[in-house]
Amino acid sequence: MWILDAIFSLPVLVVGLAILGYVAATARAHATAGSNFGTLAAQPRAHGTNAFFSVLIPAVGSFAALSLVRSIGLRQGVETLSVRSIFWLVLSVAAIGCIDAILRSSAGFRARVASEAWIKSLLIAASAIAILTTIGILWSMLFEATQFFRQYDWRDFLFSTDWAPNFRGNSALGILPLLWGTLYVSFIALAFAVPVGLFAAIYLSEYAGQRMRSVAKPMIEILAGIPTIVYGLFALITVGPLLRDHFAQPLGLGDSASSVMTAGLVMGIMLIPFVSSLSDDIINSVPQAMRDGSLALGATRSETIRNVVIPAALPGIVGAILLAAGRAIGETMIVVLGAGAAARLSLNPFEAMTTITVKIVSQLTGDTEFASPETLVAFALGLTLFVLTLGLNVLALVIVRKYREHYE
Amino acid sequence: MKDTHLAERVDTMTQLKISARHVNVHYGETHAVKDVSVDIDANSVTAFIGPSGCGKSTFLRCLNRMNDTIDTCRVSGGIRIDDEDIHDRKVDPVQLRAKVGMVFQKPNPFPKSIHDNVAYGPKIHGLARTRAETSGIVEDALRKAALWDEVKDRLDAPGTGLSGGQQQRLCIARAIATAPDVLLMDEPCSALDPVATAQIEELIDDLRQSYCVVIVTHSMQQAARISRKTAFFHLGSLVEFGETDRIFTSPEDPRTENYITGRIG
Repeated sequence: MWILDAIFSLPVLVVGLAILGYVAATARAHATAGSNFGTLAAQPRAHGTNAFFSVLIPAVGSFAALSLVRSIGLRQGVETLSVRSIFWLVLSVAAIGCIDAILRSSAGFRARVASEAWIKSLLIAASAIAILTTIGILWSMLFEATQFFRQYDWRDFLFSTDWAPNFRGNSALGILPLLWGTLYVSFIALAFAVPVGLFAAIYLSEYAGQRMRSVAKPMIEILAGIPTIVYGLFALITVGPLLRDHFAQPLGLGDSASSVMTAGLVMGIMLIPFVSSLSDDIINSVPQAMRDGSLALGATRSETIRNVVIPAALPGIVGAILLAAGRAIGETMIVVLGAGAAARLSLNPFEAMTTITVKIVSQLTGDTEFASPETLVAFALGLTLFVLTLGLNVLALVIVRKYREHYE
Repeated sequence: MKDTHLAERVDTMTQLKISARHVNVHYGETHAVKDVSVDIDANSVTAFIGPSGCGKSTFLRCLNRMNDTIDTCRVSGGIRIDDEDIHDRKVDPVQLRAKVGMVFQKPNPFPKSIHDNVAYGPKIHGLARTRAETSGIVEDALRKAALWDEVKDRLDAPGTGLSGGQQQRLCIARAIATAPDVLLMDEPCSALDPVATAQIEELIDDLRQSYCVVIVTHSMQQAARISRKTAFFHLGSLVEFGETDRIFTSPEDPRTENYITGRIG
């Protein structure tokens, strides 16, 4: 089918038209101006830019709109638009834009202002994509989660302490053990990563010399580049057995190598660069005048940091911690390999537990049919995670607003 | 050169507060202050003038050892305040800075309330034990800085919300609150409008009674208005030092004359 090839050539054709428009509009502006540039309301280059955007933006926009119409139609079982008609429609939109822009690019046309408007619409479109995607994700989660709650009582889901999915049906799907595991692991990870990361950031930004900084900062940031599966392996073969042999067994707290502590500590290591790198940038952006003012009053370095620098940097630091918390709650690989997959409600940090994310994966990869509550529960779990992180963000906003100290 | 300093000191019958001998400052490779020796009187205003980059601010920052906070900066030579060597091992630079207050070019109130800005120093140095003592110190410092009447009803408002001139007076109050003897001011009016400048100058004139004030300024009119003695710096060296009236009417050094008549700088 030639049209399938043609649809792939569409981007090339549209960009080609855009470039053609740029060249032609520039040339036409040159021609109308002749030797006297003063008669032009905008430079020839601006006419070209305007033509370029006049082709590209309407073409991309119309392609997105027409594809959406087609896919909605297909969902209802009707082909409202053929691929062929989309191809020709988009191409004609591009061609009309091209011709129109070239015709306009004469002396009186204020092309600079016109291309400003195109750029603005491009920026609005970019932010709209981000917002619409979020809404779309939330909508699909809500949709599937509703399906789940039709088959499974929400009170059992939210308040039952029993997680025992059974692939033949009749499962107990209480979120509490998973929620507990998630919060416990995240708590240990943050309890480790926040002080270490923050102190490292303070050392790097306030005490370390230029040479130390230029070596240490990239080294810490390497931690952020390690894939989480590698951290998981580290937890599985090194940290887990180490904690079991030296802490859990001697203390009589169990003999499992997979434990909340293992996953929490390793996750904490993973989070250090998040906390330290962001906090470091934020601490550095506190004006030197603040430090000088404090030092000149006879405060020591650490007093200055505690009383002036940290309060001024607090909103950013809270933001950094929240970002780390979001990562901790959403982390899967380290938990599977470090803490195991057994849902359990226990206070003992040396016992194996599991988290919401791990169970989302195992429920979706099981062989029950998609419409069964055992699979659909994954969406309810996902929705819970979403609400959890949303709550964290709101909390952070409140904290920041309350304790913020403006320094400008 | 030192002899003329001595002669003038006898003339004015005032007490010597700060005495600097052969002070040199290096920033990495740059020789920023070259062999500066100067005597500064107690209870008077001394002005440092000179073109940008002449070392006057750097020298000022030697007097409370603020240059110690810069890694690449090396200071040599002797500075005595109240006949005590400030580079002596026994001297704690942190304590020294409580005794030698500093006000910066750009007002830099902390992002805290007006009250907390002023209470910052006393709290750190343990000057007040109770809440009432703290607010007493705060009120006293704000009164001395001629700011009390304008802010007494909103001590909890952020210090950064004040106007530029008020912020600078808040910074002066903050420095006064640690009960210093010396106040160093590094171009305190350069970021302010003429009205605020006049208020600060008036304030400096009052402060002279209880403090030794050393002020770096770019405005020669300002130096002439408020200081009793003036030091002219050029390219890192102290060119001329003497009574302000004499410096501005009959400078001895041609470089000083060129500067104050606007031919260099």
